[in-house]
Amino acid sequence: MEYGIFQLIILSIFINNFVLARFLGLCPYMGVSKQLDSAIGMGMAVTFVMTIASLVTWLLYNFFLAPTYQSVFYQVFHTPIQNVPDLTFLRTIVFILVIASLVQFIEMYIQKISPTLYKALGIYLPLITTNCAILGVAVLNIDMFFKDGLPLHNSFINTIVQAFAAGLGFTLVLILMAGIREKLELANIPKPFRGLPIAFIIAGLMSIAFLGFSGMNVE
Amino acid sequence: MSLVAEFVKGIYKENPVFRLALGLCPTLAVSTSISNAIGMGAATTFVLLGSNTMVSLIILLFTKILSEEGQKSINKIRIPVFIVVIASFVTIVEMIMSAYFPALSESLGIFIPLIVVNCIILGRAEGYASKNPLIPSIVDALGMGAGFTLALMAIALLRELLGSGEFLGHTLFGGGFKPVLLMILPPGAFLVIGLYLGILNWLDARKKQS
Repeated sequence: MEYGIFQLIILSIFINNFVLARFLGLCPYMGVSKQLDSAIGMGMAVTFVMTIASLVTWLLYNFFLAPTYQSVFYQVFHTPIQNVPDLTFLRTIVFILVIASLVQFIEMYIQKISPTLYKALGIYLPLITTNCAILGVAVLNIDMFFKDGLPLHNSFINTIVQAFAAGLGFTLVLILMAGIREKLELANIPKPFRGLPIAFIIAGLMSIAFLGFSGMNVE
Repeated sequence: MSLVAEFVKGIYKENPVFRLALGLCPTLAVSTSISNAIGMGAATTFVLLGSNTMVSLIILLFTKILSEEGQKSINKIRIPVFIVVIASFVTIVEMIMSAYFPALSESLGIFIPLIVVNCIILGRAEGYASKNPLIPSIVDALGMGAGFTLALMAIALLRELLGSGEFLGHTLFGGGFKPVLLMILPPGAFLVIGLYLGILNWLDARKKQS
């Protein structure tokens, strides 16, 4: 199915929200949503890394792993097209290694270029490697915008748009959750439900609210 | 600690989902039916078993062949090594699933490749298998895998029962039963796990009092 850019943004932020509908990135959602400041920092860091990771993994998949006419083996080494290796089964291993090293690299780069940005994002960056939302969006992009190893129309643009919008959606619910949990400190909750259990129940209620968006017709 | 105790701790006392709150994303996402829960549990247990075994053997090999200094420098890159081992086993599972269980592979979707970032597996490799010999590591992997599978099944049981009135695909109630559709949808997962965690806390508090 073909999506326009605007449809894709609405889909990723509201209808298929990464946390509340797809269940990706729950660890930071529960762990870093106690204060508004840290929620904003984490959201920005995740959006940033998600976009760059999607860009890099798309390039790798298209030019190295998939056996297409754009493959490096065909373009540079002039391997006959029937002999270009189909490396798509290496997807998981390659992506996780690339994401892990990318996070390290981004951390070092930001530290060098902009100390203020590093101060805002720095402590959240190492946590991101194990965030399943990053690998999730990379794998999801491949599933959605490639068919039988061939890129669909507008595949590259769609990948970046979807990753960025997914990051925004993540930031949105993280900030909402942090706002609720700050108020929750003062509420009188039954003792066994304090902490994680009530956070899950609130997430459930938010998820019900977000179900309302699935009535939107984006076709 | 005896091997039996090692196995049992993964099921209740250190249950990865309910006690340690690890691996939440797959837990909530695939617990819509018990068959999905069993499939995901089996896949994760396989990866856990493979990674714990390999990590334990790799560490054993390093301590046998490397000098003190070599061990120190290898220690710095142990996390990437573990991740590669885990990712290899996940790829094996991915291939087996799509070859022999295409329906299950379809319904678990992207959560099969995402086993790589399941914190339970890296957590056990780093926290247990890298410090313990082979046999206890295997038992630990089996215990943690069983605990994860049981937790998934517990959540799936409630969701499937209320959400579609079924147990393992068999209809349980008569025609008058109106399923609570919400339980199958994403909000149901959050509500059920919140409820379970609250009940467990309550049981613990009661045990402490008496």
